[in-house]
Amino acid sequence: MSPTSPAPVLSVRDLSVSFSAGDAAGTAEAGRVVDSVGFDLAPGRVLAVVGESGSGKSVTAMSVLGLLPDSATVTGSVRLEGRELIGAPAAELRAVRGGRIGTVFQEPMSAFDPVYTIGQQIAEAIRVHRPGVRGRALRDRVHELLRSVGLPEAHRIAASHPHELSGGQLQRSMIAMAISCDPVAIIADEPTTALDVTVQAGILDLLRALRDERGTAILLITHDMGVVADLADDVLVMRRGEALESGPVADVFDRPRSDYTRGLLAAVPTLTELSETDAPAGQQPVQKTPAAPVSAPVPAPAPAAEPEPEPTVVLDGASVVFRRRGAAVHAVSEVGFTIGRGEVVGLVGESGSGKSTIGRALVGLVPISAGRATVGGVELGRAGRRERRRVRSRIGYVFQDPASSLNPRNTVGTSIAEPLALHTGDSPAARAARARELLEQVQLPPEFADRYPHELSGGQRQRVAIARALALEPELLIADEPTSALDVSVQASVLELLERLQARHGFACLFISHDLAVVRRLADRVVVLQAGRVVEQGPAAEVLAAPAQPYTRRLLAAAPVADPAAQALRRAQWRELEAVAE
Amino acid sequence: MNGLGSVWGHIRRDPWALGGVIVVGVFVLAAIFAPLITAINGQDPYTYHLHALDGSGAPKGFGGGISWQHWFGVEPLTGRDLFAIVVYGSRLSLTVGVLATAVAVAIGVAVGLTAGYFGGWYDRIASRVVDVMLGFPSLIFMISLTAIAAAAFPRPVLMVLVIGFFGWPAVARVVRGQTLSLRQRTFVVASEAMGAGDGHVLWRQLLPNVGATIIVYATILVPAMIGTEAALSFLGVGVPPPTPSWGRTIGDAVAWFSTDPAYLAFPGGALFLVTLALNAFGDGLRDALDPRVNRRRGIRSKSTTAEPGKPGAHEEVTA
Amino acid sequence: MRIARLIGSRLIGVVIVLLVVTAVTFVIFYLLPSNPAQLSCGKPCTPENLARAKDYLGLNLPWYGQFWEFLKGIVAGRTFGTGAGAIACAAPCFGYSFQLNTPVTELILTRFPVTASIAVGAAVLWFIAGVAGGAAAAVWRRRAADRAIMTVAIAGVSAPAYLVGMLLILLFGFALGWLPTGGYEPFGDDPVGWFTHLLLPWTALAFISAAVYARLTRSELIDQLGQDYIRTVRAKGLTEGRVIMRHGLRNALIPVVTLFGLDLGALLGGAVISERVFSMQGIGALLITSIGSRDLQVVVGVTLFAAFLIAIANVLVDIVYGLIDPRVRARA
Repeated sequence: MSPTSPAPVLSVRDLSVSFSAGDAAGTAEAGRVVDSVGFDLAPGRVLAVVGESGSGKSVTAMSVLGLLPDSATVTGSVRLEGRELIGAPAAELRAVRGGRIGTVFQEPMSAFDPVYTIGQQIAEAIRVHRPGVRGRALRDRVHELLRSVGLPEAHRIAASHPHELSGGQLQRSMIAMAISCDPVAIIADEPTTALDVTVQAGILDLLRALRDERGTAILLITHDMGVVADLADDVLVMRRGEALESGPVADVFDRPRSDYTRGLLAAVPTLTELSETDAPAGQQPVQKTPAAPVSAPVPAPAPAAEPEPEPTVVLDGASVVFRRRGAAVHAVSEVGFTIGRGEVVGLVGESGSGKSTIGRALVGLVPISAGRATVGGVELGRAGRRERRRVRSRIGYVFQDPASSLNPRNTVGTSIAEPLALHTGDSPAARAARARELLEQVQLPPEFADRYPHELSGGQRQRVAIARALALEPELLIADEPTSALDVSVQASVLELLERLQARHGFACLFISHDLAVVRRLADRVVVLQAGRVVEQGPAAEVLAAPAQPYTRRLLAAAPVADPAAQALRRAQWRELEAVAE
Repeated sequence: MNGLGSVWGHIRRDPWALGGVIVVGVFVLAAIFAPLITAINGQDPYTYHLHALDGSGAPKGFGGGISWQHWFGVEPLTGRDLFAIVVYGSRLSLTVGVLATAVAVAIGVAVGLTAGYFGGWYDRIASRVVDVMLGFPSLIFMISLTAIAAAAFPRPVLMVLVIGFFGWPAVARVVRGQTLSLRQRTFVVASEAMGAGDGHVLWRQLLPNVGATIIVYATILVPAMIGTEAALSFLGVGVPPPTPSWGRTIGDAVAWFSTDPAYLAFPGGALFLVTLALNAFGDGLRDALDPRVNRRRGIRSKSTTAEPGKPGAHEEVTA
Repeated sequence: MRIARLIGSRLIGVVIVLLVVTAVTFVIFYLLPSNPAQLSCGKPCTPENLARAKDYLGLNLPWYGQFWEFLKGIVAGRTFGTGAGAIACAAPCFGYSFQLNTPVTELILTRFPVTASIAVGAAVLWFIAGVAGGAAAAVWRRRAADRAIMTVAIAGVSAPAYLVGMLLILLFGFALGWLPTGGYEPFGDDPVGWFTHLLLPWTALAFISAAVYARLTRSELIDQLGQDYIRTVRAKGLTEGRVIMRHGLRNALIPVVTLFGLDLGALLGGAVISERVFSMQGIGALLITSIGSRDLQVVVGVTLFAAFLIAIANVLVDIVYGLIDPRVRARA
């Protein structure tokens, strides 16, 4: 789209996609999902198509390859190197797929066929377009490709089945497969969404290298403004199937023309603002625990330093060990931290760091195998059945996935009243009244009590889950990634709600998240976990602005921010840290 | 997720399922009102009509002795009214089919639900038993069991227990699978985190959500049970004469079907028809209740599982 | 080597399963309130015969003694009775028919070729027909071919094997006279006769089982074709045929193959219904006959044999499962 770019390899004009209501279900979704979208993709440039769910960005990308289901009707023009793809014969489209355009998908774990090795699957992609390559040459090519995407152990990777590799390794293999036939363009559909930030940063770097070194054009589909700021040269913002605005990334970020884009950018929680401001005022003072070396167990804060009421949560050398097929897996090792009354503690870490396990251990869903865990003065390890039940009645829990957090067979009202039914002798009428009251507190109409979860949007369901967690006026709220499955604009409003409710009810809160920016927004104090151990903890302002530990620094640097200029600086910083780590 | 109304709406638009419902309905009515129906022309399944037979014991006349008195002809050797036998036979088939299914579903749901929920060694043993029993040559075991059962033990009850007992592993496997995936759903974990006991979780959270599966499975199980009862009777180890039974009549027809095909056609046709109708109905019901059918929305709703940072499905921006 | 470990662990499993199966069979047939001596004594059951049966079966021993003898018979062989009238029964001893004066193992082995001929031939037919039909229905989903195949399949699922068999006999045997109406011809005596005699039972059995396989294959393949990895494969530029054969069907067949092993194992233990309809003297017919003649030893022997076959089939299926699904292999 930028006037300076060379002749586009891919040029899309007036692209519209509609789904016929042929399928019995999904009538609500039938109709036009992409409406007159157009863009140009130039060699050596990255065009990001950004939008929230339902914006039609993925459908747009898949229609380029002709990979939409039969129920889709595609009109308009898609020209690749001057040739029209819409209505092109099947054989011609197949030559384009994998041959001229490589594709990288969102979910690396499910995007590979589980029964073949990675090597076989990459080899297959090569053989389809270059039947002459076989035997030793083919094997060498596969290994060379794997090494070129930053997988030095190419032999081992090629011989592995998908389930034996990590998400990052799989996504690199997927990129190796995408570039196996030297395509002119790559479509990357949410390539890093399912990955941890540090892994994400590596993948984004790899894509950047492809653009710069091979001159590959990249069509990047994403919902994450940070990823856009990091990688894209041009942006196309989509909403409900329409292209709202487009242009070079700096222009769109600096001077967004549509209100929607402006709102979208504003809704992204930021990390940078923290370095300029001080810790939020009016919070109770918290002492920072001296950071311990990564490998050594972190000593728990000395109880003597706690003059006033006992904190709501005390974890002291707590470990959780799972048995998997005879082998002991240390999910959480000797973790120690406290949550004071009315304090919000953010627990951050990458997937597998044990952060969710700690949340579950606090309600006794997972047994603590060593150390001490106290909630509201009750020590979980020693508590009897009855006492544990009482502890649970004083904890509210909000989970990540709004799609499954409510029983689909129960009305919203029943779900909200479930804790009341379990722990109080309230009459059904009293419970229903309380459910309505709670709905109002989470800013939903009380009539929602009679609805079923599938009639609600994800954000509404998450509000219902919060209402349920607050039903018994808990001392402690555990929020496990409560917003990470939501679109940014919805995420912002849910965070705001949580903030307001916390201020009003004054409950202590353990806020678990992989997203440092989100944690930064809510937490008074932050605990950073890595592989089941506490790496660093202290006031949010200090830890997130000036982390003492290299791991925290890398974590922070890897999280992209929605500002191209600032992100370029962060990227440089991250590369330095990575170089040091290696 | 789907109300009863929408299920019925789905069935009504599916000609096979609708046909199945109607046929099953006719057979159920026939079973209930068997004495009234056969009384129309004064027949019952027990009275001999030797005058309708020729010297070799074969029925006289066309189509196994079809006549105004005997709509389906008569049985060779005895001359009993075949229409009455078929109508009364539906009682045994349907009763044994439904009751055996009830036994299988009761055991299967109890085992599957608890195995899926509690897990651990209990689940491992239960799953192993289910695996072995699923492949079991159950017909051979059932036949052998009928051989050692005390003669005084009422045969239809024995049929129900034996057939039902060998049916539960399939139910248990399906229910366990569903329970395992429900267990991962956060509303179940949430319920536990709220302090709900095992009983509450099993009854209030899990059972209602496997209900649809159980109903579909039971519907498909009934014809299988009917078929098993008929097979046992066919082999001569089922309900003893003179209780009318389709399977036994078909078994008797083995000796006659080259000379008197009608003797095979009527009970065989009835058995086939009711099994087919139940299967068609079960398929329709499964389609109406299967979440997979509703999942078919292509790319737009791909992110229903939760991964960190994945955008939720169908979130409205204006929420 | 993972595969060796998988096989090793499964072999230990099979021994346990066999032991449990033997114990259950023993409990059901010898300890439940029934009268084993009476049931083994035959017709007519004279008092001498009854006493002899009691003696042979060792019913005066305590239950664990009886079980030990029972178990020992299978592993190492046993001797029924004592003194001059004692009968030796070589391992694996599945019992001794006092009526026929023959070890049950021998009875089973003479009948086994009949049953195996029926089972293996039918299994090959139904697997090919079922998978092909199911795959075609899945690929042409919601089109005429799918509807036609699924209509035939639901009829096949609903029709009892004996009904189909009798109709086939009526048509090809009596009406057209093309094929024999029953009986068995050993392969060694007359290969063509063997084939013509088996054609109808194969067809009858294959028709009803292929229906089940077609339905399973169809739903599994539809499921697989909806998975994410299929989109990846399509994006590589593979032809639709290869997408389906190399990827969709390859994954869809994993549960189908599992079912196949179990079904074949179960059928080898006695094709009771087909043997009855087509008047073939296989293991199923042996069972039915011995129930009629009240020969409990044979009944138990046949049951145990069938149970052994299925336990072994289970293990084989497990191993094959590990070979065709790398995810299972990893968990071994």
